[in-house]
Amino acid sequence: MSGEIIKGGSFLVEAVEPQNVFTPEDFTDEHKMIADTAASFVEGEVEPVIDDLEEQKDNLMRELLEKAGELGLLGADVPEEYGGMELDKISSMLITENIIKGGSFSLGHGAHTGIGSLPIVFFGNKQQKEKYLPGLASGEKLAAYALTEPGSGSDALSAKTKAVLSEDGKYYTLNGSKQFITNAGFADVFVTYAKIDGDKFTAFIVDTDTEGLSLGVEEKKLGIKGSSTRSVIFEDAKVPVENVLYEIGKGHVVAFNILNIGRYKLAIGCIGSSKLALQYAVKYANERKQFKVPISSFGLIKEKIGMMAARIFASESMAYRTAGMIDDMLHNIDMNAEDAGLKTAEGIAEYAIECSINKIHGSEVLDYAADETLQIYGGYGYTQEYPAERIYRDSRINRIFEGTNEINRMIIPGTLLRKAMKGELPLLAAAKKLQEELLTPSMPVEDTSFLGEQKQIVEKAKKIVLMVAGTAAQKYGQNIQEQQEVLGKTADLVIETFAMESALLRALKAYDAGGEEAAAMKGLLAKIYINDSIGRMDLWAKEALAAIEEGDVLRTQLVALRKLARYNPINSVAAKRQAADAVIAAEEYVV
Amino acid sequence: MNILVCLKQTFDTEAKIELKDGKINAQGIKNIINPYDEFAVEEALKLKEANGGEVTTISVGSDQTQEALRQALAMGADKAILVEFPNSDEHATAKALAKAVQGMEFDLILGGHVAIDDNSGQIAIRLAEELDLPQVNVVTKLEINDGKAVCTREIEGGVQIVETPLPTVITCQKGLNEPRYPSLKGIMQAKKKELKRIGLEELGLTVDNKVEILEVFLPPQKEAGKVIEGEAEEAAGELVRLLKEEAKVI
Ligand SMILES: Cc1cc2nc3c(=O)[nH]c(=O)nc-3n(C[C@H](O)[C@H](O)[C@H](O)COP(=O)(O)OP(=O)(O)OC[C@H]3O[C@@H](n4cnc5c(N)ncnc54)[C@H](O)[C@@H]3O)c2cc1C
Repeated sequence: MSGEIIKGGSFLVEAVEPQNVFTPEDFTDEHKMIADTAASFVEGEVEPVIDDLEEQKDNLMRELLEKAGELGLLGADVPEEYGGMELDKISSMLITENIIKGGSFSLGHGAHTGIGSLPIVFFGNKQQKEKYLPGLASGEKLAAYALTEPGSGSDALSAKTKAVLSEDGKYYTLNGSKQFITNAGFADVFVTYAKIDGDKFTAFIVDTDTEGLSLGVEEKKLGIKGSSTRSVIFEDAKVPVENVLYEIGKGHVVAFNILNIGRYKLAIGCIGSSKLALQYAVKYANERKQFKVPISSFGLIKEKIGMMAARIFASESMAYRTAGMIDDMLHNIDMNAEDAGLKTAEGIAEYAIECSINKIHGSEVLDYAADETLQIYGGYGYTQEYPAERIYRDSRINRIFEGTNEINRMIIPGTLLRKAMKGELPLLAAAKKLQEELLTPSMPVEDTSFLGEQKQIVEKAKKIVLMVAGTAAQKYGQNIQEQQEVLGKTADLVIETFAMESALLRALKAYDAGGEEAAAMKGLLAKIYINDSIGRMDLWAKEALAAIEEGDVLRTQLVALRKLARYNPINSVAAKRQAADAVIAAEEYVV
Repeated sequence: MNILVCLKQTFDTEAKIELKDGKINAQGIKNIINPYDEFAVEEALKLKEANGGEVTTISVGSDQTQEALRQALAMGADKAILVEFPNSDEHATAKALAKAVQGMEFDLILGGHVAIDDNSGQIAIRLAEELDLPQVNVVTKLEINDGKAVCTREIEGGVQIVETPLPTVITCQKGLNEPRYPSLKGIMQAKKKELKRIGLEELGLTVDNKVEILEVFLPPQKEAGKVIEGEAEEAAGELVRLLKEEAKVI
């Protein structure tokens, strides 16, 4: 960590130095030990019973979570004074990444420690924290988060659940129902939302034994079958006034802040799953013989393996870079202050753009990796005898919850524009400067340093983003919200820029620390990724520009784009083979 | 009750071993506490929890060995000592350990019965000899009562129960216990615990290796099997020829 606070979204307009990003090569000994504990716990306690877990056998999820609690695996984000471990975000990400082998267990863990417990960590008052957090950190009490309703999913604030204050002012009566609630089947505590007097959207802590609270039946799902998903029904449920979480009418503050955290954590879970999928895929490809040779020796299989490794590398680099930025921000908060929780949530909200970027990228890389893994298993991948089938089914949910990827794609340009308008990010000035720059002819200069060409590509990618976003903002003004397709393409350009840059910076940091040999594989993966991305960015930018402009203006824009998207393709076939060979030899993801 | 635990850092059991310039390539290989030594750490912690006292772990090794010692501290050991003496052989390692524990107060020394990397299984035995202490090896159950250790060992076709007065040296075998995972609290506390490093000079020890490793090589790659085709009589002839000329077994 650099200690310096980096502004959310600023990577688009500022050059970033490799030493200012956190990378997995910077893990401390404690980080590694924490990761080991999480991984060994899952290998020893969860994997052996994973079939029972898939069938939601008796109290199994609860027992496993309690055992995890004994090791401290539930308390990473809970302050020490309330029985937690109060670790940095890197540690808590490492736990999330390393419990992924437990399949549905990781869902139970994530919902409990993340969206379930964090609202109280960040927004609870002293009494609420004292009452709930020690139990939540130890696993004695388990939590769930109930925001979604049958009629309000993506549009979460349109919730219909009502809360009415009793005449004696002692409790609220809640009526309404919540849909698809993870951990509902065994949770002791729900953090939920209701509108007071029909309009003040407010968060509540509701104990499961509250009179008037009941549960629907388990949903029959495509995947994550071991995870409990039920509806929660409030029928004249009496909730004491002390259980209002944060301020009346400020439920949206709680809800949105919790989502930010949910998103970057979801990303790291997806990365763990993608690595696991890749590991299964190469092990199988080395064993399976067709035409008398292991299928891992075929070019088309190597291509899949090489590309999976490159995409995982980018996703992993992005997620830990983001966690590093968040940790730097949180270091500057007085954790003993009364409002430390709120300040933490605000600090994390600074990186709302990065959180959405990670969520989308992580979940889409996982779906890609799960799909290719199943393909490498061939017909066996389609059967339940092998793990590819479950990974394929389990992965799909990640593009849906914690805000669908469509919703997250809208958040990215929306937040960027808002920051630009408020003057928090000098996007407008940068776009203007770019316009002038594009009009002046310039000669390309060669950069012969390590990954020099890739550095130039990333620099130009940022300009492509500015050009497209600037053109769209100018053209549509206030009505830009109606142009979802252009905004979606803009989001994709932003995501790929962050992905390319994160992969690049990680390789460069490794190079600075250990020279060419230490950075060889990382450089190779970064090259494969960047080569692939910049081509796609070019297409998306064209599509967006052609939707925004026409005629001569469009033609001028496309000339400028051609200049920005120009690059010398690497021999990506050879590069992917080389990367695949390393992964095939190690029989797991390696950098 | 004060317990010393000797431990060694080894490669992970699942590590893929590669050779580079005739030596094992350690780069990128994950290291762990030798699994049998981990049983020793666990047993020491259980005894401490039951009887009080202190657990000190000690290892002879290199800078990197600190990781294994830290891990033992994270599991709950109180102190750790690293004797900086890389690449020592069994004789030299035992001498260094004996010298390092001289003057320390202890009731029991525990160790694994063998390390999974070089399989030599000599250290604890040599140490007991150096210290002139009784020793019981390959123990699967241990009880401490009234200054005595009652040890169960598996022998061919049965078990043997052995009693020895303390202090004594005991080596641990699988089955003794299930080592705990270091808890997060343990990991964070380990950072603050004492890990003392001593060099040979400070120990006042001069000792040379007596054994030299001449060569390290990997087992030959398993090659694909051969199917001999044709009529039975012809095939049998071909088989004999191959057994003679290629496999050279007859
Ligand atoms: C297994 C599982 C576990 C879950 N766990 C929880 C939980 O613990 N707590 C909780 O509160 N919720 C949970 N959810 C709910 C989940 O967060 C919602 O399903 C999700 O937010 C989407 O809402 P929806 O299903 O109503 O879809 P809708 O909002 O109806 O969306 C349908 C489609 O329309 C698109 N769409 C919607 N609005 C827009 C827009 N403005 N622009 C463009 N496209 C749009 C969506 O992207 C999607 O493709 C869970 C869901 C599942 C399936």
